[in-house]
Amino acid sequence: MDVLASQLFTGLSIGSILLLIALGLSLTFGQMGVINMAHGEFIMAGSYTAFVVQQVISSAGVSLFVSLIVGFCVGGVMGVVLEATLLKRMYHRPLDTLLVTFGVGLILQQVARDIFGAPAVNVATPEFLRGNIEVLGVVLTKSRLFILILAIVCVAILAAALKYTSMGRRIRAVVQNRDLAEVSGISSRRTDITTFFIGSGLAGVAGVALTLIGSTSPTIGQSYIVDAFLVVIAGGLGQIRGAVIAAFALGVLHAVIEYSTTASIAKVLVFVAIIIFLQVRPQGLVSVKTRSLA
Amino acid sequence: MLFVVAPAVLSDFRLNLLGKFLCFAIVAVGIGLAWGRGGMLTLGQGVFFGLGAYMMAMHMKLADAEIRSGAGALPDFMQLGGQRDLPGFWLPFTSPFATLLMIMTIPPLLALLLGMGIFKRRVKGAYFAILSQALAAAFAILLISQQNTLGGSNGISYFRTWFGFTLNDPVNKQMLYFIAAGTLLVVMLITRQLMNSRYGELLVAVRDQEERVRFLGYDPANIKLVAYVVAALWASIAGALFVPIVGIITPQDVGVLASIAFIIGVAIGGRTTLLGPVLGAIAVAWAQTTLSEQFPSAWTYAQGALFVLVVGFLPGGIASLFLLRRRKKQKEGIS
Repeated sequence: MDVLASQLFTGLSIGSILLLIALGLSLTFGQMGVINMAHGEFIMAGSYTAFVVQQVISSAGVSLFVSLIVGFCVGGVMGVVLEATLLKRMYHRPLDTLLVTFGVGLILQQVARDIFGAPAVNVATPEFLRGNIEVLGVVLTKSRLFILILAIVCVAILAAALKYTSMGRRIRAVVQNRDLAEVSGISSRRTDITTFFIGSGLAGVAGVALTLIGSTSPTIGQSYIVDAFLVVIAGGLGQIRGAVIAAFALGVLHAVIEYSTTASIAKVLVFVAIIIFLQVRPQGLVSVKTRSLA
Repeated sequence: MLFVVAPAVLSDFRLNLLGKFLCFAIVAVGIGLAWGRGGMLTLGQGVFFGLGAYMMAMHMKLADAEIRSGAGALPDFMQLGGQRDLPGFWLPFTSPFATLLMIMTIPPLLALLLGMGIFKRRVKGAYFAILSQALAAAFAILLISQQNTLGGSNGISYFRTWFGFTLNDPVNKQMLYFIAAGTLLVVMLITRQLMNSRYGELLVAVRDQEERVRFLGYDPANIKLVAYVVAALWASIAGALFVPIVGIITPQDVGVLASIAFIIGVAIGGRTTLLGPVLGAIAVAWAQTTLSEQFPSAWTYAQGALFVLVVGFLPGGIASLFLLRRRKKQKEGIS
């Protein structure tokens, strides 16, 4: 029982990382019809940011919080640059954006390999996140608990911003109907850039968080990006609520299957589960009602 | 040219290499049909390629073991791994006929099942691309985990014979090349017939205006399924030829990166044409082999840049340049 509970907890913490990654993907996909495969490399950039910041600031605790902020900005700026140079030319050609950003991802991976070397690097975990705490007889890793809380805080801020600020209202308007939003005097260009900054920034934050549970290598983004896209598909486009449920469900499902079989079988079964799920809800968990035929 | 000039000019080694490129070209023909004509970006052709390749590899491994130490012997990597008995799913591959039959049927069946699950529920284009990619990722991870039964991340290698022919013999290597070239030709002819038929027109119609086709009384899902299944069959055949020609199959050859790498040749050559994907695939594979030997990191940059430039700025590929010129000439002729 204890093993199952701790496995559940691991699932939740994997789910929270997937959530941080999928939120950005889902926002940009839903709003602009852009599938950003380079998102995985923004995660990697976040991880290496944490590594670089730690070279400058020796105190692991301070450096973690500084890296979270710097990582957000690094990811965000990379996203905006990508959007402004390439993606703004190819709205509503989602398949092509997928391939173009895959190419960008390949280049970024090689850049990281040339700068930091192919072997993985490690970032020291702050003192207060080492070790475990026990809650109701279940042993929880402190660093994983921190990631879970971080994800919840990020989602809460994002949800509040989308709901209550005027910027959030503009983003939601563009997601729901770009043409109508433009007619109403919303600069969709500016909204796109803001969205891309936030979405890519979240990838950077996820990258920093990943350094707490593992080492950083140029291909770190690759191992999460496919799962994150599955979250987006299962959750429904541009829907925070869908992404939250799907990410945690996928993380927990994976962890529970892994507990009874093996990690590789779990990957395959999760994939099959998503295909079956799509038979019931082809548009994903949460979808905006439209009159469009597709 | 493939049949006369290449064997005469190239050394045995180069000819073998060209044979490998031809296998990629066969995959590319299928992708051209599914993606170029049908609008289905399939990022998981590595799965079908891998299925064909692994099935062929399992048969060759069993045949080798039988020659070496009699009937019922285990392949060498299994003995090293401490496996006692032959895993059940290896048993059918003792028969060459059953192996060929399964290579021709299992990957198309998988494509049919997956396609039914996706197209029938009208799951849209980008979703399909991502799902096919997730399949490739899961497949590669599954293969890596099968250390004792499928060679794990080392894959399956060291084959001596192929249906009774010794692979070391240069004559047999040439024969393999001719088989690959012949297969490519047949595959291209069949695909050409498909593209030019009434079905081919329907496929393009589904790509451009799926709803209109639905209103005309057709089921777009069925039309897409045919193209996807055919593409899977071509990939499987290519994989089955890849193994005797190259002599090894590993999870890296079938994973996400390999699957997307198939796409780039098709994109460069021109996804909507028949010949474009073939030439593109061969050119890219050739460039990769020559460049990555000397400058491994430069090739990654080049590959990334190719994706960005071709897809972003020349979506029709090289072929579109020729098409443009032809159209221009026609216009001049009219005026």
